[in-house]
Amino acid sequence: MTNPPPAFGMAQLFGAGGARRVWGLVYRHIALYRRSPIRVVELMYWPILQMVVWGFVTAYLAGVQNNVASVAAGVLLGGVLLWEAALRSQMGFSISFLEEIWSRNLGHLFVSPLRPGELVAGLMAMSVIRTLVGVVPAMVLAWLLYAFNILTLGPLLVLFFASLLLMGWAVALGVVSLVLRYGAGAEAMAWSILMGITPFAAVFYPVSVLPGWLQPVAYALPASHVFEGMRGVLVHGTAEWGHLAAAYGLNLLWLAGMSWVFLRQFQAARVKGALLNIGE
Amino acid sequence: MQSVMPPALLVETLTKRYAADGPPAVDALSFALAPGETLGLLGGNGAGKTTTIAMLLGLLVPSAGRIVALGHDMATDRFDALRRMNFSSPYIALPHRLSVRENLRVYGHLYGVAGLDRRIAALAEEFQLGDFLDRPAGQLSAGQKTRVALAKALVNTPDLLLLDEPTASLDPDTGDWVRTALERYRAATGCAILLASHNMAEVERLCGQVVMLKQGRAVDRGSPAELLAKYGRADLEEVFLDIARDRQRVEAPA
Repeated sequence: MTNPPPAFGMAQLFGAGGARRVWGLVYRHIALYRRSPIRVVELMYWPILQMVVWGFVTAYLAGVQNNVASVAAGVLLGGVLLWEAALRSQMGFSISFLEEIWSRNLGHLFVSPLRPGELVAGLMAMSVIRTLVGVVPAMVLAWLLYAFNILTLGPLLVLFFASLLLMGWAVALGVVSLVLRYGAGAEAMAWSILMGITPFAAVFYPVSVLPGWLQPVAYALPASHVFEGMRGVLVHGTAEWGHLAAAYGLNLLWLAGMSWVFLRQFQAARVKGALLNIGE
Repeated sequence: MQSVMPPALLVETLTKRYAADGPPAVDALSFALAPGETLGLLGGNGAGKTTTIAMLLGLLVPSAGRIVALGHDMATDRFDALRRMNFSSPYIALPHRLSVRENLRVYGHLYGVAGLDRRIAALAEEFQLGDFLDRPAGQLSAGQKTRVALAKALVNTPDLLLLDEPTASLDPDTGDWVRTALERYRAATGCAILLASHNMAEVERLCGQVVMLKQGRAVDRGSPAELLAKYGRADLEEVFLDIARDRQRVEAPA
């Protein structure tokens, strides 16, 4: 008799004592960063570099053009800082998973009582930590060097920031699924996949700039609504609640879809034996 | 009335095919392992030992058959069993940048160990880890790494321990030290141990019963003494070679 394919229920995702197991995974990564300070520097390096480059662009535009351009330049800097939140969120999740492959530790994790949902929760927690460590110094420097205060977005900043974190997790679940499917050969996606979305995410320009046929693609991304909302606050001083609601609605859809893909791929890897040699 | 103790591990017609039309990597394997007993899984490279262990740990889904570990069906209830199981293999590393203590803390949290600091202190004393408890795992010698791996495997005081070549590449002194530690732990806790090894002397010393695998099938089984008598050999290595090379059995003298 052949066994039916394994099914997933809530008990397979989370269980009693799950919070401690999630903490065990987070503790493992915090210990890694304590022992390897250069990794902390690397977390801050790119967000700060991006902010400095776009800060000079901002200063140039503000210096040679009129006040409207100055506002537009501020929008550019806001876009850079918020987009870094999405990038760091996605990388924080994906690279924390890859760290387990690189240290050949994945086998130990998958034969421990850590459930798939708890693994994802631990990676999300690491994603938040890595994003804050990476992006907050860049935000502070933007204020010190270029007098750009992202906090002018007000309480909406928290909602924009959280929405981009959620989108980063949805993309990261896709990246981890690709790694489970194709092995270490798919690692590069952890760095490149969100860069490829940048042109359609309306980070630096409104969706209306895009060709008509491309606009529905942009509006299917939560980030586009976040950046339209950001421009609404910075340029017009209005809170675009419709865009914010659309961003969260799309995030729910993307997270649900990517979670399903991840769980399917995880089970497929258990059937095919891919978890035995995932680092190869 | 005498109560019958349920097996710590029950394996029934376990089968794994990686491709639907390919040969089975494990073919209708069945055995039972009682609490306090050690079972040796022997076979050449590619005989199906690693695939079997991966299925027992839930890392790999069987194509057919059933595994019941510590009373839990691994197909539906594996996480409750995994809390009381553990595993050690020299082929799966611990994070090498983390110290030994940090590694043990990580796995103590994952396995929900109560009184974790006390447990780590006890393991450090038992496995003589004190000198390098705060050193990164990647800076340890092979023997030290083996002791740490064993400490990790026992951090949750498992009732079922799966060991894949636990003394591979160790010098005889360290290998003997590991075997003695395993015997001590089994005697103290009644833990059931499944051991995959190519070290026949180790198997003879530790195992009460042995399953001989070849091309995924159990081709013979019994206690080491029974197998030696059956094949008329002086040691298990000769029995292993008889099976691996399809040599004629030597009839034992009457």
